[in-house]
Amino acid sequence: MSGKPVVEVERLRKTYGDVVAVEEVSFEVQEGEIFGMVGPNGAGKTTTIECVEGMRRPDSGRVSVLGLDPDRNGNALRPRIGAQLQTAALPERMRVWEALDLFASFYRRSADWNVLLERLGLAEKRSAFFSKLSGGQKQRLFICLALVNDPEVVFLDELTTGLDPQARRAIWDLVREVRGNGKTVFLTTHFMEEAERLCDRVAVMERGRIVALDTPANLIDSIGAETRIAFTAEGTFEPGWLESLPTVTGIDSTDDRHVVRGTSDRVIVDVVNALSVKGVRFRDLRTEQPTLEDVFLKLTGRQMRD
Amino acid sequence: MRGLWKLTWVELKLFLREPMGAFFTLIFPMMMLLCFGSIYGNKPSPHFGGFGMVDIAVPGYSAMVICMSGMFLLTIRIASYREQGVLRRLRPTPLRPHAVLAAQVLALFGMAALGMTALLVTGKLLYHMRVVGDPLSVAAALTLSTLSFLALGFVLAGIVPTTRTALATVMALFYPMIFLSGATIPREDLPETIRRVSQFFPLTHVVNLLRGIWIGDPWGHHLLEVGVLVGMIVVGVAITAKTFRWE
Repeated sequence: MSGKPVVEVERLRKTYGDVVAVEEVSFEVQEGEIFGMVGPNGAGKTTTIECVEGMRRPDSGRVSVLGLDPDRNGNALRPRIGAQLQTAALPERMRVWEALDLFASFYRRSADWNVLLERLGLAEKRSAFFSKLSGGQKQRLFICLALVNDPEVVFLDELTTGLDPQARRAIWDLVREVRGNGKTVFLTTHFMEEAERLCDRVAVMERGRIVALDTPANLIDSIGAETRIAFTAEGTFEPGWLESLPTVTGIDSTDDRHVVRGTSDRVIVDVVNALSVKGVRFRDLRTEQPTLEDVFLKLTGRQMRD
Repeated sequence: MRGLWKLTWVELKLFLREPMGAFFTLIFPMMMLLCFGSIYGNKPSPHFGGFGMVDIAVPGYSAMVICMSGMFLLTIRIASYREQGVLRRLRPTPLRPHAVLAAQVLALFGMAALGMTALLVTGKLLYHMRVVGDPLSVAAALTLSTLSFLALGFVLAGIVPTTRTALATVMALFYPMIFLSGATIPREDLPETIRRVSQFFPLTHVVNLLRGIWIGDPWGHHLLEVGVLVGMIVVGVAITAKTFRWE
């Protein structure tokens, strides 16, 4: 991260009739980072990203991408960005290769889309009609189209919706690679694990506002949630002494199953070390660490629905 | 610019892949010509001012091709692209609305040209069709007519909210027009009342202009038609510039 803002949004507000979709939204995306916006459906993520892409005109507030106003300098900006939209389509009888060839022709500079097809597992679908693709294949094709001009900033709105876990992981790898090539990625997701694993920084959105913005690790630390380690001890074992470890905050035991609670993930190493030093034999060790899911629950009092 | 040509080429391929588009612009007019040509032949007749049935039918069927590609296919294409989200996907690319629309114009122009060429060649080879007018004037009249109907198609596309309403609207306009304008049934065979009412159909002016230029009328005899068709283009472009929506 070089610390130069590529996207700047200040006090963005957008309404549809009487409905306020986004209000008082301010944030910056730095060059070379993967910036994520998470929140449930209807939180205002798509409205925000579409204002930044120049697809929608904000009611008020300032938006700047690569130093350009997407609404007024769209012609200068559009060649330099790539966008995967949450809802979009291609003509039913357009073939996959025709779509890539067509979109590549809109730009002066374009990536080798054959490589992209290969990377996203669409090579054997080259000549298939758009209408014959599965939901996941369409999604991957749209990601190819977003990258076809080798853009400086990539916008991905709900990038892995409809994908199976394997395809999801392949796309995470690709997004990391895009970032590795010095590009900036701005994505939205309602899938917390995705934000946690993929994003350098995350903005949590709810009801049109950003309620928290930080790295996933800092967000998780900030709520002070407990890490738990559960294990079953073999032979006779009195767990009381574990409470003397500085990172341990409590222990619950039922028969020979023990759950040790602590404030940070260090407690895992501390407990396992202490057990092995004492020669305690244990099995079925499970750890449960707080996730962004817990952050969302804590911040909003609501459960995120996947 | 490269994007415009590429989009035009892809659109042309898409029209040819669409059974409805290819059938109505390429095959249906040809079927009509072969059916009625084999029934009536092309013997000169005083009923048609000394011309034969095919001499009169080919400009009429050309008007039908123009109506089909300009109004019918274009309106449905734009409405469905907007409804499905195809236009939406083009929006964040450097391609601008005028290029998106220009590609449609060029592709449908190509479709109409294919359909009309097929009619001309068949008429010439099978029925020794006569074209008295000079080829440049005929080409100019076909071009003007096609552009005026593309303009009409863009206006309709801007008005209709969905693909379904687009289809209903163009059907309701297409069928009365092709039967009552003289495009399929020669105007000599239409009752006087219908001929008078059909003056209000844009397609009637296309048929009258094409038939006239075909048999060598000077342009001066068709100032009304030229005026109506040029007017349609001017008004159509102005309205389209205001009503174009990506979604």
